[in-house]
Amino acid sequence: MTAKPDPQRQNVLAAVRRGLARTGPAAAPVWPVEPPLIPAAARGDGDLIARFTAAAEAAAASVERVAGPDALGPAVAAWLTARNLPGELAVAPDPALDPAAAHGLLTVRRGTAGPGDLIALTRARLGIAETGSLLLTSSPETPTGLNFLPDFHLVALDASAVVATLEDAWARLRQDHAGGWPRTVNLVAGPSRTGDIEQTIQLGAHGPRHLHILLVESR
Amino acid sequence: MIPRSATFRANSRAALDNPELVRALGTMKTGFRQKRAAAVDALPEFDALRDRAVAMKNHTLDHLDHYLESFADKVEAAGGTVHWATDAEAARQQVLEICRAHGAHTVTKGKSMIAEEVGLNEALEDAGMRPVETDLGEYIIQLRREPPSHIIAPAIHVSKAQVADAFRAAHGDLDPARELDTPRALLDEARAVLRHDFTAADVGITGANLLIAETGATVIVTNEGNGDLTQLLPRVHIVLASLEKVVPTLDDASLILRLLARSATGQTASSYTSFSLGPRRPEDADGPQAFHVILLDNGRSEMLGNGFREMLRCIRCAACMNHCPVYGAVGGHAYGWVYPGPMGSVLTPALIGIDKAAPLPEASTLCGRCEAVCPMRIPLPGLLRQWRARAHDQRLSPPAMRRGLAAWGWLAARPRLYHPLNRLAAVALGRLGRRRGGFARLPLAGGWTKSRDLPAPEGDTFQARYRRGARRP
Repeated sequence: MTAKPDPQRQNVLAAVRRGLARTGPAAAPVWPVEPPLIPAAARGDGDLIARFTAAAEAAAASVERVAGPDALGPAVAAWLTARNLPGELAVAPDPALDPAAAHGLLTVRRGTAGPGDLIALTRARLGIAETGSLLLTSSPETPTGLNFLPDFHLVALDASAVVATLEDAWARLRQDHAGGWPRTVNLVAGPSRTGDIEQTIQLGAHGPRHLHILLVESR
Repeated sequence: MIPRSATFRANSRAALDNPELVRALGTMKTGFRQKRAAAVDALPEFDALRDRAVAMKNHTLDHLDHYLESFADKVEAAGGTVHWATDAEAARQQVLEICRAHGAHTVTKGKSMIAEEVGLNEALEDAGMRPVETDLGEYIIQLRREPPSHIIAPAIHVSKAQVADAFRAAHGDLDPARELDTPRALLDEARAVLRHDFTAADVGITGANLLIAETGATVIVTNEGNGDLTQLLPRVHIVLASLEKVVPTLDDASLILRLLARSATGQTASSYTSFSLGPRRPEDADGPQAFHVILLDNGRSEMLGNGFREMLRCIRCAACMNHCPVYGAVGGHAYGWVYPGPMGSVLTPALIGIDKAAPLPEASTLCGRCEAVCPMRIPLPGLLRQWRARAHDQRLSPPAMRRGLAAWGWLAARPRLYHPLNRLAAVALGRLGRRRGGFARLPLAGGWTKSRDLPAPEGDTFQARYRRGARRP
């Protein structure tokens, strides 16, 4: 791509080069010079699900194992019933969620969430065992609004999609998105929270008050 | 914002007389310090990760022009627009131009220290727009019309009763008899009020914790989720970031993320870490239609070459101020501008000029705790000393201090005179103070004895005892 003649860009870059005691661009640097340093506790593929679950729960998410894609709808319905919540929810238009959306006890709208939506179900791309984070990407099938607007954020995650570290997740995405990076990548560890009033941690600041992760086993 | 850093002494005196502030700072010290310590203890590789982060950031700064260009090219390839701002005024004008072009009325804001640095809210208000801070702490101080007093907990100086007062005054349409005694009730009210603003906003402005040269993504790290609603719902998203936020790759971002949350709040990971690249795609159901990044220099390029480059490694975790005895006593407002604590005392003179901030490098005991906890190993005490030397050279320190230092310097450079005089003073003071063990008042030592006794010397100088081979006291 040829740089547009943007005088402000040239001004700032010239000032940076003055600060670096250079007059022009340097040769492209060699980077990285060594592989990333991964903490020992985060390394390895052993027991990824147990590590992911423990870390997610430590971040105040709840985690439930679901026997397979067909069991997802009943699990969602049961979770909502147990909390006395209505069965109305926004569901991501991801085909993997079609069986769940068709469940008889749920009243479903497919699409992104609006400000009035109390409950949403979406699908994460990956889980990161080190931090218990979900990795969600924006796409027509998984709009970002579902991750932030509802009070109750339900997320389906394939058990086989749990990786050890963020570096592993990036390697996956680099492979899958060689032709173009997703517009939004959200790493979500637990529900929304704040400590801004007298340092007292409260859950449910502006985003979801609850994050429930449904780990779906493959058949 | 007009800096008040030059009156640090008077500002701190007022702070020490404010009982609510003193109480809030007491809670802060135990809370942040314990949480950080527990998180760091649980990660044996923490120090090794720091070393890696220092090397990564030094490399990035050495090639800053290269990484900024790759970042900017990637943003533009994804349909975003990059604006380069040499100073605060340029950044304000760029924001206003974008807002006007989209006919903006309500502008929501995620928490951004750069927006504070350039005084963005004032500029938006003057242009007839309504800026709404959406981070709870920032919202509180916006209602109170105050600057932040901490870089990650901006309203740390405000008690919940004061928050309730601010909410009652601002939310006049709500039932005056409502209960607002608990943090929960206050949070729920702010959540409900701000939901309207999130959806009504025409433009959303966020800062950036990181910019990724590899992909062109801008990154925000938050716990509340307000930054995500700010960048998702309005038609336009503006990212305001200073030059040094760029890192080469996503793996380098992961390295910083491992250090940031632990150093800041003691979390393993913050609730939300979000990467944004360009406007919504044609097939997307949500997201902003326009995406702008403003890259702000405002003094950073100069810091690359003026001896303060290491400060540009700062990731704004606030560990230095959380562990600083001076910050812990006087709070953030005493520092008189946007960035408080040790990092502020180094950064503020670089950004607004040492002539407007000369007392800040003095606002430190140089105890070294800030450097010990800094995840990016910034030599803060050393940099403070550099500013002290420059303030002295520019004759910005108080005349009495300069005269005293000059006299001592003259004497200390003449050992044949210095040692006998020193010994005479040690012997005389030792005799005079033998009975009480110390002095409650002493000529020329008023600064010390005003608040504590000066211990009496043992009766001899260190050098004399050392020469005699007296290794034990």
